[in-house]
Amino acid sequence: MLNSSLLQLGAALRSKKISSVELTQLYLHRIAALNSKLNAYITINEEMSLVQARAADVQLAQSKTHALTGIPIAQKDIFCAMGWRTTCGSKMLSNFIAPYDAHVIEQFNRVGAVNLGKTNMDEFAMGSSNETSYFGNVKNPWNNNAVPGGSSGGSAAAVSAHLCAAATGTDTGGSIRQPAALCGISGLKPTYGVVSRYGMIAFASSLDQAGPMAHSAEDLALLLNVMAGFDERDSTSLQRETEDYARDLNKPLNGLRIGLPKEFFAAGLSADVAQAIETSIAEYKKLGATVVDISLPNSRLSIPVYYVLAPAEASSNLSRYDGVRYGYRAPEYTNLADMYEKSRAQGFGEEVKRRIMIGTYVLSHGYYDAYYLQAQKIRRLIAQDFVEAFKQCDVIMGPTTPTTAFNLAEKNDDPVQMYLSDIYTIAVNLAGLPGMSIPAGFGSNGLPVGLQIIGNYFDEARMLNVAHQYQQVTDWHTRTPQHIEV
Amino acid sequence: MQWEIVIGLEVHTQLSTSSKIFSGASTAFGAEPNTQACAVDLALPGVLPVLNRGAVERAIRFGLAVGAHIAPRSVFSRKNYFYPDLPKGYQISQFDLPIVGQGSLTIQVPTATAGQTYKKVVRLTRAHLEEDAGKSLHEDFHGMTGIDLNRAGTPLLEIVSEPDMRSAAEAVAYAKMLHTLVRWIGICDGNMQEGSFRCDANVSVRRPGAELGTRREIKNLNSFRFLQQAIEYEAQWQIDTLENGGTIQQATVLFNSDIGETRAMRSKEDAHDYRYFPDPDLLPLAIDNEWIEQVRGTLPELPLSKQARYVADLGLSVYDADTLTSSREMADFFEATLNEVPKGAKLCANWLMGDVSASLNREDRDITQCPISPGQLGGMLKRIADGTISNAAAKDVFKILWSDGGNPDTIIETKGLKQMSDVGAMEAMVDEIIAANPAQVAEYRSGKEKVFGFFVGLAMKVSKGKANPAQMNEILKRKLAG
Repeated sequence: MLNSSLLQLGAALRSKKISSVELTQLYLHRIAALNSKLNAYITINEEMSLVQARAADVQLAQSKTHALTGIPIAQKDIFCAMGWRTTCGSKMLSNFIAPYDAHVIEQFNRVGAVNLGKTNMDEFAMGSSNETSYFGNVKNPWNNNAVPGGSSGGSAAAVSAHLCAAATGTDTGGSIRQPAALCGISGLKPTYGVVSRYGMIAFASSLDQAGPMAHSAEDLALLLNVMAGFDERDSTSLQRETEDYARDLNKPLNGLRIGLPKEFFAAGLSADVAQAIETSIAEYKKLGATVVDISLPNSRLSIPVYYVLAPAEASSNLSRYDGVRYGYRAPEYTNLADMYEKSRAQGFGEEVKRRIMIGTYVLSHGYYDAYYLQAQKIRRLIAQDFVEAFKQCDVIMGPTTPTTAFNLAEKNDDPVQMYLSDIYTIAVNLAGLPGMSIPAGFGSNGLPVGLQIIGNYFDEARMLNVAHQYQQVTDWHTRTPQHIEV
Repeated sequence: MQWEIVIGLEVHTQLSTSSKIFSGASTAFGAEPNTQACAVDLALPGVLPVLNRGAVERAIRFGLAVGAHIAPRSVFSRKNYFYPDLPKGYQISQFDLPIVGQGSLTIQVPTATAGQTYKKVVRLTRAHLEEDAGKSLHEDFHGMTGIDLNRAGTPLLEIVSEPDMRSAAEAVAYAKMLHTLVRWIGICDGNMQEGSFRCDANVSVRRPGAELGTRREIKNLNSFRFLQQAIEYEAQWQIDTLENGGTIQQATVLFNSDIGETRAMRSKEDAHDYRYFPDPDLLPLAIDNEWIEQVRGTLPELPLSKQARYVADLGLSVYDADTLTSSREMADFFEATLNEVPKGAKLCANWLMGDVSASLNREDRDITQCPISPGQLGGMLKRIADGTISNAAAKDVFKILWSDGGNPDTIIETKGLKQMSDVGAMEAMVDEIIAANPAQVAEYRSGKEKVFGFFVGLAMKVSKGKANPAQMNEILKRKLAG
């Protein structure tokens, strides 16, 4: 049952082979057994999950169903879900019970999916290893000494270890794709504006985008069908025709032009990851694709640009956590300024404070032009690189990360080394493009390698097709971590 | 040596939308604290702003009314600072790309001579949309401060003038004209007690012809009287400081209306660095010509155009025209009254600015609450114009209309207020008076023309005030001449 695809699970539910309550309990039991080791979830609420499962069973009995009705989905703890503690991985919100549903949560509720729990994440989605979470680091199911990646590390680990049928994530600089790669699962960051940000706790508003995390491209398509759609409560949500992201899954790949950016295969890429990616590209050639060498000359600037823009927006987005209305307030203070200072000093972790400081600095009078404005200009150049590249190819491929999962605490003392683990993913967010990562073999240490597929704007259906066809001829996406019993 | 006072105003007008600028919560005044603050206003984690098009439409109306350029693309920026009544830790405002560009406002400034004004054009720098903050409540909470976020997110249009005003009187005339205009075009209720119209005054002084002096900004003046007092005090303080050899430091000051003084709140050194940057949650605001033209089509005739028309076409004085256009309701009332007596513009103006205004003031009402309709007033004025009643009798009719209502013609009829226009009857009356007062007649005929008043008084008494005064005068003069 646990190895089933979402379509198979849906069929089992509809044919009454299993009820939603039974399926939910199956996952809850696994979580009870394994979460203490992996720490993939921050909050489990059996009662609330089972209420939804029972409601789903009623729907299933009446045949008023959707493909995902009754299926337990793990939600990244960045989405407000009414009645659920929603922490964003921070002490600041460790006592916050959301009084409303995010758009994404509403969409899953609408089709009768079950919220299985809230997954662990880097604090306010700031991190690449899940080690900045106030609720402790998550362990990579493939190797418990390795990180799962971040910031959606809890979701990636939960999917990888079969602690849920599928999960949601958010991706600001690689936070879906990088942990998906490191945990050997599939993850998709849609085009900016495809999934509403309403109720998704903001890190860097112009970059944040929610997306699905699952075992296969086919599962991702079903999940994205639920998550996507115009929402008037998010002014950056795009008003477009509803589309079926699964419609092109089975199209052959004859004539597909794959662009390989030379910058993604240069120094810094480890040999074993390079080897796995080259093998994958060879597989695509067998499927009828051709390869084009392309260049994204400004992508080398994406990390510095990102670490100006994202902290700038974050420094402002996180100003609301002041201890006045909700969230953490320091127990002792002498006056208003002292309350602000102590509440924020105690409520935020080191990485969040570092980024607030950077962001405040780059927006300050006298520095704004040199940092923020300059970074915005380069951001446009980076986007322009992709426009040029997509004149020569249909999709861009390369490694999702330069290495397989690194060890816990390995990069804690050097933020820049940590930031470099997102070197191949960040440009996609800066350009607002869709990007995904799918399992593409293993490195020399036996840890998963992710193949990144970048599409043109709104080309999610084609990217899913490209991923699905690969998954029809490979089995990397079906592999399960050795010491995780299924 | 002379000093010149230089004043620029920043006026925050609360736009009359029923919901907030970035959320669906109500903007109604006076609700229980925090009952009109939704998730967006409370800045809960994950919420996002959505722009209220009604607020944009009102900003466009204003821009058109002051002849300003409406930006086809304007940008909302975040103004970052911490304060308990600012839930997000930033205010969404417009910074370098405001919705309304340069415009102008023509004002009439009263002079020391009653009824005399001079005209002045004040240039507007810009007007931009922004959200209001909530309120801190310092009473009722022992050793603590309460926060009421009902007002948080209320739409404001901040209207910034050039430093074109040269006296407190000019600043007040400008503020009043702006106050008239925003109500006239229906974008703001103008209620100053409730904070719907608040002024900040930038004041500096200089020797005539010199460079601009250092300014101090007086915050949050919510009455025209305080605006006047604050500017006068502040300008005098700056002059005294300079004349005593001191210098002015740029600062933000507050006006204490109890003692009539301004006091520095913060200096330039501890001014905030607001770290403005474009709000990534909101797309740039695009306004196309079609929208602008659609709004233009709904604009009423503006006060300045009405004033000019009243002077040129109706022969009214500038002062009268200015007074009658002090509000759209007043002008509408005037024009409806004039409809009844098309040639009686001056008569209508005199009565509206005289008895009607005095009666309204006495009862603390405004023109919209006038118990006499323009039809009733015009009907009465028509009878003055055609000689049916005298001005004196009209005052009686007016009193009855005010207290009991009714039709002016019926009142004139039933109260017997018609004036006497029968020449034969008046001549007979005059003949009797002359016969009964030979001594006074002789005096008059010997050249003491002052005695004429005696005969007029007598004639009005005998006619019980109904005699047409002009006719009666003419008959008296003719008969007394012998």
